[in-house]
Amino acid sequence: MGMKGILRVVPKEEYLLPGNPSCPGCPASLGLRYLLKALGGKAILVIPASCTSIIVGPYPFSSLRVPVLNIAFAAAASTAAGISEALKVKGKEGIQVVVWAGDGGTADIGLQALSGAAERNSDILYVCYDNEAYMNTGIQRSSLTPYGAWTTTTPKGKVEEKKNLPMIVAEHKVPYVATASVGYPIDLILKVRKAIKYRGFKYIHLHAPCPYGWRFPANKTVEVAKLAVKTGIWVLYEIENGKFRLTSLSSSLIDPSKRLPVNKYLKLQGRFKHLSEEDISRIQERVNTMWDELMRLVKES
Amino acid sequence: MISLRRSKVMKLLLTSNYAAAYGAKLARVEIVAAYPITPQTQVVEKLAEFIEGEELKATMIRVESEHSAMAACIGAAAAGARPFTATSSQGLLYMYEMIWWAAGARLPIVMGVVTRAIAPPWSIWSDHADILSIRDSGWIIIFSESAQEVLDNIIQAYRIAEHKEVLLPVAVGWDAFTSSHTAEPVSLPEQELVDSFLPPRTPEPFVLDVNEPISHGNLTYPDEYMEFRFLINEGLERARKVIREVGKEYGKLTGREYGLIEEYKCGDADVILVTLGSMAGDVKDAVDILRKEGYHAGLVKLRCLRPFPREALLNALREARAVGIVERSFSMGRGGIIATEINSLLRESGVNDVVTVSYIAGLGGREIGVNDFINIFKSLFKKMERGSGFEVVWYGLRG
Repeated sequence: MGMKGILRVVPKEEYLLPGNPSCPGCPASLGLRYLLKALGGKAILVIPASCTSIIVGPYPFSSLRVPVLNIAFAAAASTAAGISEALKVKGKEGIQVVVWAGDGGTADIGLQALSGAAERNSDILYVCYDNEAYMNTGIQRSSLTPYGAWTTTTPKGKVEEKKNLPMIVAEHKVPYVATASVGYPIDLILKVRKAIKYRGFKYIHLHAPCPYGWRFPANKTVEVAKLAVKTGIWVLYEIENGKFRLTSLSSSLIDPSKRLPVNKYLKLQGRFKHLSEEDISRIQERVNTMWDELMRLVKES
Repeated sequence: MISLRRSKVMKLLLTSNYAAAYGAKLARVEIVAAYPITPQTQVVEKLAEFIEGEELKATMIRVESEHSAMAACIGAAAAGARPFTATSSQGLLYMYEMIWWAAGARLPIVMGVVTRAIAPPWSIWSDHADILSIRDSGWIIIFSESAQEVLDNIIQAYRIAEHKEVLLPVAVGWDAFTSSHTAEPVSLPEQELVDSFLPPRTPEPFVLDVNEPISHGNLTYPDEYMEFRFLINEGLERARKVIREVGKEYGKLTGREYGLIEEYKCGDADVILVTLGSMAGDVKDAVDILRKEGYHAGLVKLRCLRPFPREALLNALREARAVGIVERSFSMGRGGIIATEINSLLRESGVNDVVTVSYIAGLGGREIGVNDFINIFKSLFKKMERGSGFEVVWYGLRG
């Protein structure tokens, strides 16, 4: 998309204020900025314990120009469902209730509430910004930390695989599930806009490379995010009413030769620096297999 | 306002669980979020019937856990609606984190607690360890003796919780099975009458609003956190007066007035038993029997556990020579929870010439009845000769 196209899609209005306490190169603040632009301020945000609990600013300040309800770690989806039903009872239409939660708050401690809200098809938009570890408490592994990654609780590298959360959510048969990346803001904005047209449970899983936790320089967030997609480690897709579709750059990566080798992505990050050649081959193998499975979904749809 | 005389009163045979559902319906709750647990289930089942039968205009959120039940109530209350939930025992413990959140966020939520023992070992029967676990959280805690009180207390609870001087959640307790599953005649006030007593909630300025965005619950530095806790306590202290005013006004409308405690023949009593919930009825019978035998016995029934009814208790108990506190709860390594509070109240108020005895009784639904209370009274009439002191007795413990 050219500059003109971008300006047409992305509103100038800012809802995340500058001067907020996020780290340099923070992917959460990038994602939050695009998300709120896409929502145009007609949203109530529910934020469980996460880095964003800090980014919203200390009392009595707020870095966001939308109402925020901070909530306990495991409670985001159910709290949002409560708000959404209350707005309906009160006859307030056109306000999107949005959960903005990290990978720990979504895939680990918040999974029960998330699954409950998804199964009930609660009318909320749930956005998981996935920086692949507990960053706010100082880089501990989560179930979304990928294989091999160093964290403070996996000092030799994680031995388990990353949980495939968007597909788990999709299995709840909700109207809209999508993945996105902070490296592809237009794709994210279009997905948010599409999601909020649906009543019911919408889920967007946002890949969010974290310079602090992944051990790369703060000016490389977008580059690392883009490489995750270009190598095929992170895939951009959406599942609309059960129909699977690759989006943005990912739709042109079906041919394996179009995908960069995973090492291009891994070598930029300190968290993978201990990986052996064997580990890297294993990761490459997993990516290839994942794409084979995706091909099946593409054909089925 | 509608007067009692003109208002028609309908009587129904209801268990406390059904009375709770009728109370919530008459209070026109807007969101019901709950998770089933024995012995609370009929509360939610009845409300589901009301909602699906279009007798109550509300939304039911059939959550996957109690943690989510309270979270949904918090969301609903923060968005300006009137939420209701009910739970018991393990369920209350599972939502414990959100219990504190609700009070800290100053949200007017009402919750029924069917008081039940905590496992292990599994027990589904009456016990007060569950509701007393939320004692220090900032919730107002009101206890009920009968199905009528459950209904009346739930209606009043919304007036108290939503009062601008209070803005705190209220838990209304009643005993497992003895109350929850036992039917009694209950007077149902007319909807019109309840509407005049309890108007719709007026949204406070902090209610979530996209036109005036504010942020709730942000990180607060040591410079300000203490003040937030202090203000919760201020609200709870003010609630004492509000609970009495609301109880009086409710009395004018229905003929059933409520205070912080209920005194029964305490005026000239040498020995007073303090208790709560369904045990109170049997204690009244014991008092009547003993009075006929010439004993000056009395009862104080605690209605309000938090805020602690300091002055009311002191007035009722200060002339007694012995005070026995019979409770289905215990603080491990200390004594009866309510008993130690009452004992300190008496001592800190300079009342030293009194014997206080903490009776731990009826845990896990252990039967306790009129004859037991007569035994306890008689033993207190002997103990009062000691003049002073504090003692813990596990009543009816098997050797």
